[in-house]
Amino acid sequence: MQLALWTYEGPPHVGAMRIAASMRDVHCVLHAPQGDTYADLLFTMIERHDRRPPVTYTTFQARDLGGDTADLVKTAVAEAFARFAPKAMLVGESCTAELIQDQSGALAQSMALPVPVVPLELPAYSKKENWGAAETLYRLVRTLLAGRAPAPGAARPARSGGRGPTANLLGATALGFRARDDVVEIGRLLAELGIGVNAVVPLGATADDIRRLPEADFNVDLYPEVSRATATWLERAFGMPYTRTIPMGVRGTREFVAEAAALAGVDPAPVLARERPGAAGLSASQSRLAWYARSVDSTYLTGKRVFVFGDATHAIAAARVAAEEIGFSVVGLGTYAREFARDVREAAKRYGVEALVTDDYLEVERAIAAAAPELVLGTQMERHIAKRQGIACAVISAPLHVQDVPARYSPVYGFEGANVLFDSWVHPLVMGLEEHLLAMFREDFEFHDAAAASHLATSGAAAARAPAPAAPAWTAEGERELAKIPFFVRAKARRNTERFAAERGLATITVDTLYEAKAHYGR
Amino acid sequence: MTDLSALPPASALPGCGSAAPVLRERGQREVFCGLTSIVWLHRKMQDAFFLVVGSRTCAHLLQSAAGVMIFAEPRFGTAVLTDRDLAGLADANEELDRVCVALLERRPDIGTLFLVGSCPSEVIKLDLAKAAERLNARLFPRVRVVNFSGSGIETTFTQGEDNALRAMVPLLPQTQAKQLLVVGCLADVVEDQLRRHFAALGIDPVAFFPGRRAAALPGVGPGTLVLAAQPFDGETVRALAGRGARPIASPYPFGAEGTTAWLAAAARAWGVAPERLREVTAPLAARAAKAVARHRDRLAGKRLFVLPDSQLEIPLARFLAREMGMALVEVGTPYLDRQMVAAELALLPAGVTLSEGQHLERQLDRVRAARPDLTVCGLGLANPLEAEGLATKWSIELVFTPIHGYDQAADLAEVFARPLERRARLAV
Repeated sequence: MQLALWTYEGPPHVGAMRIAASMRDVHCVLHAPQGDTYADLLFTMIERHDRRPPVTYTTFQARDLGGDTADLVKTAVAEAFARFAPKAMLVGESCTAELIQDQSGALAQSMALPVPVVPLELPAYSKKENWGAAETLYRLVRTLLAGRAPAPGAARPARSGGRGPTANLLGATALGFRARDDVVEIGRLLAELGIGVNAVVPLGATADDIRRLPEADFNVDLYPEVSRATATWLERAFGMPYTRTIPMGVRGTREFVAEAAALAGVDPAPVLARERPGAAGLSASQSRLAWYARSVDSTYLTGKRVFVFGDATHAIAAARVAAEEIGFSVVGLGTYAREFARDVREAAKRYGVEALVTDDYLEVERAIAAAAPELVLGTQMERHIAKRQGIACAVISAPLHVQDVPARYSPVYGFEGANVLFDSWVHPLVMGLEEHLLAMFREDFEFHDAAAASHLATSGAAAARAPAPAAPAWTAEGERELAKIPFFVRAKARRNTERFAAERGLATITVDTLYEAKAHYGR
Repeated sequence: MTDLSALPPASALPGCGSAAPVLRERGQREVFCGLTSIVWLHRKMQDAFFLVVGSRTCAHLLQSAAGVMIFAEPRFGTAVLTDRDLAGLADANEELDRVCVALLERRPDIGTLFLVGSCPSEVIKLDLAKAAERLNARLFPRVRVVNFSGSGIETTFTQGEDNALRAMVPLLPQTQAKQLLVVGCLADVVEDQLRRHFAALGIDPVAFFPGRRAAALPGVGPGTLVLAAQPFDGETVRALAGRGARPIASPYPFGAEGTTAWLAAAARAWGVAPERLREVTAPLAARAAKAVARHRDRLAGKRLFVLPDSQLEIPLARFLAREMGMALVEVGTPYLDRQMVAAELALLPAGVTLSEGQHLERQLDRVRAARPDLTVCGLGLANPLEAEGLATKWSIELVFTPIHGYDQAADLAEVFARPLERRARLAV
């Protein structure tokens, strides 16, 4: 039994719903009690879908238990098929139905419907949402491609003459962070390389799109949490290679271009030559990030402490962009996606931090407080944590809120995505000159610490901070001096000074102690 | 149990709705389960923690229904069952005790812990009543542990509140004193207004259930008059009657007419002189009527379709039909508690279609065929119906907004007028 206050991921059947809600002609039947329909609003409210997710719930009640719950499944499947005429059906169970063991999937298969029926096993008491999405996509793809794989060892048939190379974009789903725009951006990038998009799956796909997957030269594993299982199966069964690079940030995108070009047998040079980091002038660069980061006004971004948390894919890529392309210092990196914990641990080593792998948001909150960052890159959960701690924050990963689904085009992948990252991460910070002014005029009545950055509407007053138990006492004079340190580094200064004093067995902290500690820690 | 329908009707206003036939349907329901009630119950009772014993789905539902996570560390949470708990129930009990004790150690401000049953905990027959007994033996009187069910196989949406209050009834101290007990979770601002009205009528003492602290329990006994403020608290009202209290049948305090009828029912039962009642309510009712009139133009003559969800459907349809002049196409309700809404049914206009339960697809077919001017529905359905060109009002707003009483009557009207006002403004 695990105490959960807020959760990063829903149950695995919500992952199955994300696959169904992404597609155009697939319907999902869930054996579930009333109340589980709440999940519809994730799609219609957070992402403002203009249609209901294609999901039918059996709605069994206590009085049905031990009676005709299995019949409810058959009725629901038959009615959904007759009404929605899907080209394929997914049949699964939510947590409660799993306990009554009606074997919904097998029941539906026994009905001999004239379309493929994919039974789903979604262990609700051990797995979570992203796993459910990955499993559902994998099962659906396997079912629709059953019997189509070439014999083991047989060579892949050559692409017919005259047709250019193509790729599939895998893993974009409803409720995926910026997936809607990322597939457009990556599709454009591939087009520039002369690579066509054969199918985007599952976002906007039909069952026939899935049947056409083997026609492409390779797969782009855009969101490994959802698509890695499918990509590896397609590689095994159809000999289709898949990309390993996540095209996020300028460097990630450049590496992706090189990788995709190699898989397609095309020349990446024309695309890459236009992208020379540091070359002045907008014409030289497809992304403004590289130049903006070198622009002198960005100097103040140097070494800003950033804490990164999210799904593994976005967290690892964001940390890299933060460190290599904006010049931040990564002081924390973590994920709630346990399935990809190893990748995150490896990435964390590069920044000299220990990866935080947890789905307990209170643990994340404690880790953020301890790291005292100036910017948090996280999910909507971290947005709330950061707000309470008075720290700037930008969202980089699901789970998301309605405000993370912007009306404008705003991918985070590709060259344009890098522009979006620069804007959305720098905007919440106090700007360079303002930072100086704050330090100079810290006693100013409108320009004091508790006021938020002047270009931000709402106040992000720094949270009151209780001193650590048994901490050395501050003299009044020492406190006054501490108050003169800009608020966005004050928490760090207080902590360092207290640690410095405690390590030396000092009972009180004077002005001198403060500056000795500052000298000791160097910042 | 007191038969509420045997009590004299609160209002002599004519109506034929009570005899109307009811369309009963069975199929997919698009409603929340009773766990959702926790979202407002925990705001009302600020010394209480609600621990759902359930699955990741329960936790996800609460977080999604709460909409935004505005609370640092919310006073609700879920003890998520895992494979290990399912393997051995004995261990599950130990695990539950461990989670509760750990939780209470971290939250010394909690005086009442509600253990809330869910679909999975009920299917595996995890006995939360026993668990509450066990924990009380260990923790009472510092913390009182109470259990109730919010499961979707037993309850819809607001029934969670009824179950929570019902579970507290046996804990209420016995009293012989004459008092008025108002039942149903109300916003503090509404509670304060209603207290002033009762004081002006000379009705005193008045207690509200639930109060602002779960530990501050009102008394109950033969001198207690019970006035329900929410139509979905039927089991609680019947349990209070079982403790000797006398329920007062009345329409609910929605709109000027509803609020007057509600106060009048209390006044009659208390023995307040009719002149006093008129003196107190007439200016308040006039003020409310003036305030709602601003929205009447927008709503009058418009056709309304209400899908089942919050269990407030019948009283609200009465208000919208009688005070706002709306035409009722169909009024759906998750279940029809005739005792609790007898006075409301009597006020519904003749010819209205009432439906109980739900077969979602067939009901949506009726919505599309009728093309109402306004459809009241759950959040999952609102945007898809808007995309079909139908104006909607999502029902969850009705339980998260103060809508009771005279001074909220205009706010209540505006909840329904706003979608129409908005459509009138937009030119895109």
